[in-house]
Amino acid sequence: MNWRLIRNHPSLLIGLVATALFALLGLVSLWWTPFPIEQIVVARRFQGPGPVHWLGTDNLGRDMFSLVMSGTLTSFWVGAAAVVIGIGVGVPLGLAAAAWGGAVEWLVIRISDVTFAFPSVVIAILITTLMGPSAANAIIAIGIFNIPVFARVARGGALAIATQDYVSAARLAGLGNVAISVRHLLPNIMSLIIVQGTIQLSLGILAEAGLSYIGLGTQPPATSLGLMLRDAQSVFLIHPWLSIVPGLAIVLIVIALNIAGDGLRDAMDPRLKREGINHGAG
Amino acid sequence: MIKTKSLGLTLTALLLATSAALAQSTEIRIGVALEPPALDPTAGAAEAIDVVVYQNVFEGLTRVDQNGAVQPGLAESWTVSDDGLTYTFKLHDGVTFHDGTSFDAEDVKFTFERILAEDSVNAQKALYAPIASVNVIDPLTVEFTLSRPDGMFLFNLGRGDAVIVAPESAENNANEPIGTGPFHFVQWDRGSRVVLEQNGAYWGEKPALTKATYRFIGDTATLTNALLAGDVDGTNNFAPEALAVFEGNPQFKVLVGSTEGETILGTNNAKEPFSDLRVRQAMAHALNRQEIIDGATYGYGVAIGTHFAPQHPYYLDLTETYPYDPEAAKALLAEAGYPDGFSATMKLPPVAYARLSGQIIASQFAEVGIKVELINTEWAQWLEDVLTNKDFDLTVISHVEPFDVGIYADPNYYFGYNNADLQALNEQLNATTDDGKRKELAQQIQTIISEDAVNGYLFELAQTGVWNAKLEGMWQNSPIEGVVLRDIRWVD
Repeated sequence: MNWRLIRNHPSLLIGLVATALFALLGLVSLWWTPFPIEQIVVARRFQGPGPVHWLGTDNLGRDMFSLVMSGTLTSFWVGAAAVVIGIGVGVPLGLAAAAWGGAVEWLVIRISDVTFAFPSVVIAILITTLMGPSAANAIIAIGIFNIPVFARVARGGALAIATQDYVSAARLAGLGNVAISVRHLLPNIMSLIIVQGTIQLSLGILAEAGLSYIGLGTQPPATSLGLMLRDAQSVFLIHPWLSIVPGLAIVLIVIALNIAGDGLRDAMDPRLKREGINHGAG
Repeated sequence: MIKTKSLGLTLTALLLATSAALAQSTEIRIGVALEPPALDPTAGAAEAIDVVVYQNVFEGLTRVDQNGAVQPGLAESWTVSDDGLTYTFKLHDGVTFHDGTSFDAEDVKFTFERILAEDSVNAQKALYAPIASVNVIDPLTVEFTLSRPDGMFLFNLGRGDAVIVAPESAENNANEPIGTGPFHFVQWDRGSRVVLEQNGAYWGEKPALTKATYRFIGDTATLTNALLAGDVDGTNNFAPEALAVFEGNPQFKVLVGSTEGETILGTNNAKEPFSDLRVRQAMAHALNRQEIIDGATYGYGVAIGTHFAPQHPYYLDLTETYPYDPEAAKALLAEAGYPDGFSATMKLPPVAYARLSGQIIASQFAEVGIKVELINTEWAQWLEDVLTNKDFDLTVISHVEPFDVGIYADPNYYFGYNNADLQALNEQLNATTDDGKRKELAQQIQTIISEDAVNGYLFELAQTGVWNAKLEGMWQNSPIEGVVLRDIRWVD
């Protein structure tokens, strides 16, 4: 990938820039927010957007822009950690299935199928109910759902590569399954995994918002975009602004990630544009 | 064929339902936030039980009216001996339970023996401890002998905890309540609703309503929509943050009244650093009560400075005992050996007033250096951790029992307050029947717990009912837990 590629794919540029902006917004909140998010001043609640509070204030007088910044960080952090879990466990499983075949492949596919058969949010609700609601448990719940997605992508990509002559040559040269997977299969499916990663990141952010919205994700005084929606819903008829801000933020982040993911897919492997990959469920 | 037939039946039922609704009927659908865990008010503390059954399905010897006064219930009259130890009740004649069995003095005796039994699960068993014996004089006369005078005795008989049950049905009351009230139980669709219908054989004046359905809707947005869409006709207590939706809407009436719910910052007095009076005083100074009331109750709560309902004639305004003063709080903390404050946890039950108050208090305490970690719990966990195991630092909870200041005399109660002087005063109060003397004692108790800053005293919960504008007869105030249906009726 180089600059020429990005220039040829304007949507990729837009997606990456928008994603980076939101990620930056979240990261900055680690050191600075316009107002501390735990600072409650009831006297200034329900203010509309203005020069002091750019996005207004919520039901406890907290600055909405600060909350959105901090909530964005939570969303990215939960989504990204879940993707790391999915790649960390799913990719080795998928590679093992492709490299060894036989019983290993059968087992990996069956486990993937069983996990896929349950709606992801139901699994997430189950896990957070058993272990108690918290951001960490939301990460685990979403991460577990990511595992079979990456296992399938890795196995599918690796199977296509495994028939190549250079893989046969490596095998003739005496390399074992592990070495072939690491040196030949993994580098060649990296682009697939990165593209799938952006898609799973956006799905993870949606899932985190959903879990927090029903009270099973992030807990106050920490905040997330889903939690902001939850707090705002009972006053939606009176103060719709409080719902619109976090709702729009979620929509924009997910759109940005999807555009970036589509652009990456086109830019990294033109062939994929024709064949298409569609492993995103949720 | 069968399918067609059942479809026809459904259509007929639908048509019937529509025409019934059009006739502006004698039925009511009430939305309530919490579903009761069971339906026996004599075997559980949950307010949600009383909301459905108190004075509707079950009745006591006396009943509490909407002003908090004691009225005759199943007992039409009573006499009290001069020493205040013997109460003789004359019972109503011709009263039957919903299963057809008759009501008489033996049922009264059974009820109170059940409450006082060793294995009793009555939530307010201690209130009835003064009862030494219950004697059946004749089927319509029953005599209570007390071991000591009890100024609250007649009121306590009117609580949901003391409603009269029959030996034939008491076992099953949790799932199929059988009482003597103006409404009998029809069905309970768990997770959804409880249906009551008018008791045709009711001994007293028949209510205007023929049918009442309690629908359990926990989510404020859902309840808002159900009210706006006319799926429910009203609710006894609506979330104050969304009340503005109905204020000024001519189709609804908003009834704002008082409750018996003292909302407190429950403090574990038995634990460091809260065992130090100066720390508790510092916390009291650090609380900005008005901000908590505005933020958590949208201004509907009433400030309290002690554990007593502001609308009660014995109430003493002690809100200025420890006025909001962060500097004084910091000085007291330094004096107590915490110049940089300390860290504490706060366990919050799943109710909006508690969760919101908790966040606001955490922010206010941070100003004086007390770092509070909020732990949100479910009800079962809260009851176990805080009430049973006393494994907590701080909590926010509303005590909804009327006249419950006696809990401060119990050193084993969850806030772990042990003060021998106060215990003696409380005993004296319980044994006193003279109103003037009782008031004096009650005010002494209020002053002591306020000055000792046993708990942080925040506000009295308001009752904010939202009802269809064509309904009348709902209680504006809630002097006792319950949604009493007897006076509710539709008017045009």
